Amino acid sequence: MAEARGLLERRHEPWITLPSFLWLVLLFMVPAAIVFAIAFKPSDPFGGIGAGWTLQTLRSLGDPNYPAILWRTIWLSVATTAACLLLATPTAYFMARTSASVRPLLVLAVIVPFWTSFLVRIFAWKVVLHPEGIVKHALAALHLVPQDGSLLYHSGAVLLVLVYTELPFAILPLFAAAEKFDFRLLEAARDLGAGPLRTFWSVFLPGIRRGLLTATLVTLIPALGSYVVPDLVGGPTSEMLGNKIAQRTFMDRNLPHASALSALLALAVLVPSAFAITLARGKRGDGTGGAA
Amino acid sequence: MSDFIQFENVSRQYGNVRAVDDVSLGIRKGEFFSLLGPSGCGKTTLLRMLAGFERPDTGRVLLDGVDITELPPERRKVNTIFQNYALFPHLSVRQNIAFGPTVARRPRREVDEEVDKMLALIQMRDHADKRIDQISGGQKQRVAIARALINKPAVLLLDEPLAALDLKLRQRMLIELDMVHDQVGITFVFVTHDQGEAMSLADRVAVMNAGHIEQIGRPVEIYETPQTSFVAAFIGDSNFFEGVVEEVTDVEHVKLAIEGFSALRAFNDKGLAKGDRVFLSVRPEKIRISRDEPHAGPDYNIARAVVDDVIYLGTHTLFWLRSGDYRLAVEQQHNRFVLDELPIRWKDEVWLQWHVDDGFMLERYAESDEALMGIPPQRVGEGDPAPAANERG
Repeated sequence: MAEARGLLERRHEPWITLPSFLWLVLLFMVPAAIVFAIAFKPSDPFGGIGAGWTLQTLRSLGDPNYPAILWRTIWLSVATTAACLLLATPTAYFMARTSASVRPLLVLAVIVPFWTSFLVRIFAWKVVLHPEGIVKHALAALHLVPQDGSLLYHSGAVLLVLVYTELPFAILPLFAAAEKFDFRLLEAARDLGAGPLRTFWSVFLPGIRRGLLTATLVTLIPALGSYVVPDLVGGPTSEMLGNKIAQRTFMDRNLPHASALSALLALAVLVPSAFAITLARGKRGDGTGGAA
Repeated sequence: MSDFIQFENVSRQYGNVRAVDDVSLGIRKGEFFSLLGPSGCGKTTLLRMLAGFERPDTGRVLLDGVDITELPPERRKVNTIFQNYALFPHLSVRQNIAFGPTVARRPRREVDEEVDKMLALIQMRDHADKRIDQISGGQKQRVAIARALINKPAVLLLDEPLAALDLKLRQRMLIELDMVHDQVGITFVFVTHDQGEAMSLADRVAVMNAGHIEQIGRPVEIYETPQTSFVAAFIGDSNFFEGVVEEVTDVEHVKLAIEGFSALRAFNDKGLAKGDRVFLSVRPEKIRISRDEPHAGPDYNIARAVVDDVIYLGTHTLFWLRSGDYRLAVEQQHNRFVLDELPIRWKDEVWLQWHVDDGFMLERYAESDEALMGIPPQRVGEGDPAPAANERG
C-alpha cells in the first residue's frame, strides 16, 4: 500500500524522500532485480543456484498447466477487485454521509478485523464453511447446495475469502475520498435534472475517482500475489500462481523456476499499475484529490 | 391575481426548532423576489422546498397552479444558483454548462449550439475549456448562471450567490444579476441576509424571522413603513422609544407619554388606543439636529439632547446623542462643507426635531426577539457604550 501511494503522489522533495527512496531501492528494487536475474540461472540438484546462465528455466514456463493457473490468478484477482469496489463504494458513500460523531465508530468497525491475525481469520472461514459446519447444513436444508457438496476447496471459496480479506483495503481509500467529496454537488446535479443513479454515476464516482484508483491498486495487487488464501480454503482446481511459486520453492527446491514464476507475476502486477499511474498523471491537478 | 409560486401553510421542523412555521407566500410571475432575514430564519429552507431538496411537514408548494410538493428536484422546472456555485470540478466550463441538456438526452449538436450561445452571453467563450479551479469567483458565478439558465427554468433560485465574493465584485455581480433578470424575464427568488442586496435588486421583499414572515412589500415599503419592530431594527437602523399612548389626537395620530420627553406625537397606522404600551421607532436620518431652537410647526416633535460622539462618515455624519434615558443615533447629510457655521461638537447641547409622520408605532418586542437580534431599544447605561447597530448603515 505504501509503495502504491509513493508512486501516486508526485512530490519532488529530494531530501525528504531520500530515506524512503533508498529503502525502496535497497529492499524492493534490488531484490526484484535479483529475482529476475535468478530466473536466468540453472538450478543445482541440492536446491541452490547453479553457475552460468541459461534460458532453460524460462522454457519450463511452457508447462501446459501454467496458462490455466495464470488465467485463474488474473480472473480471481479481477473478480475480487470488482466485488470489493462494488461493496466498498456504497459503504464509503454512507460512511461519509453519516454524522461526524458516528463516523469514527464506522472506521473503527472497518479496522477492527486487523486486530486478529490474518491466519486466524482465514482459519475461521474454514470453520464457517466446513462441510459439517452450520452454514453448510443450513444451506443444504434449504436445498441451496447439494447434501454432499462442499463450500470449501474451490474457486468460489477462494473468491469469497479474498473479497473478505481485501474489502477493508478498498473501503478505507474510498472513504477518505468520499469524506472530502462536496455532497452539495449531488444536489446541483439533481437540480439540473439528473436522477439519483445518474447523479451517483456522473458526479459522485468522478469525484472520488482517485480513491477508486487507489482502492483498485491496493486490492488487485495483493490479490494477484495471494498464496495463503487459496492454500487454505482452495483446492487443486483453484490453485493460484502464488501456490505454484511456493511449491517450486519449498517442495521442488528449484529457486530459478520459482524466480521465473515470480517475475511473471511481477510483470502481471507492474503492467496494470504502470497503466493506472499513467492514467492518474493524465488527469492530475483537477482539484478533487481523493487518494487515501 | 393568482400567484405563480405559492406556499400554502408550509411548516418544517428540525428537532425542536420550527425552521419554517406555517408560512403562506405568493410570488408573482416574472418577479424578482427576495427572501431576507438573519441566518436561521427559515429563508433557505423555504428556497430548498421550492428546489425540491426539502419536503414540508405540512402544507403545499404550488408552481403555476400545479402542486409540486412531492416532486423530486430533477422533475421541477426550477434551477438553482448555489451559494458556493457547486460547479462540477471534474468537468470543464463547457461541460458544466452542458450538464443539464446532456442529462436530458438532447442531441449533441443542439447541446453544443446552445452551450455556445450561453458562453457568448456570459462572455466566457475564451474560457470554455478551462477547469473550474482555473477561473475566478465572478466567472464561476457566470458559469453557474449559464448552467442553470440553459435549462430554460420557469424559476431561478439564488441561494446567497454573492456571499463568497469580495465587496467590489459583489457590487458588479449585483448589476449583472439585475441585467440577467431583465434579459430572461423569468421569476427570480433570491435568498440573502444582506438587506443591501435585497433592497437594490428585488421587486418585492419578504422579511423573515424565526420561521415566519414579518412583512412582505416593495423595498421602499419595508424601509419606510416597517410593520414590526423586528423589520424596523433589521432593515436599516432605528431609534426606539418605549412609551404609553396618552391620547388619540385624531384619526391618524396619537400622543405618547415617554419618560424624559415632553409629549411626542406619532403616526398611528396600527389603530392603537389609549393606554397601549408601544415602541416608537424613528430612523436616524429623519431626525434633524441643530444648535439653536428650531422654529418648527405643530407637525414636528422637538427634543433636547447632549452630543456623546460625532462620527464623520464621508457621505454623512453620525451623532450619538443622550436624551433623557435614551441613547439616540442621528444622521446628518452635509450638502456642502460649511466652515462659516459653528460645527456641532462633543458635549454640545443640541435640539432635535422630526416630523410626526416619521415616527412609527410598533408593537412591543417579544422577549425572544431581543435575544435573537441583539438590537433592543437602547437606553443609556444598558449594554455597550457604543452600539454596533450602525454597521448596516
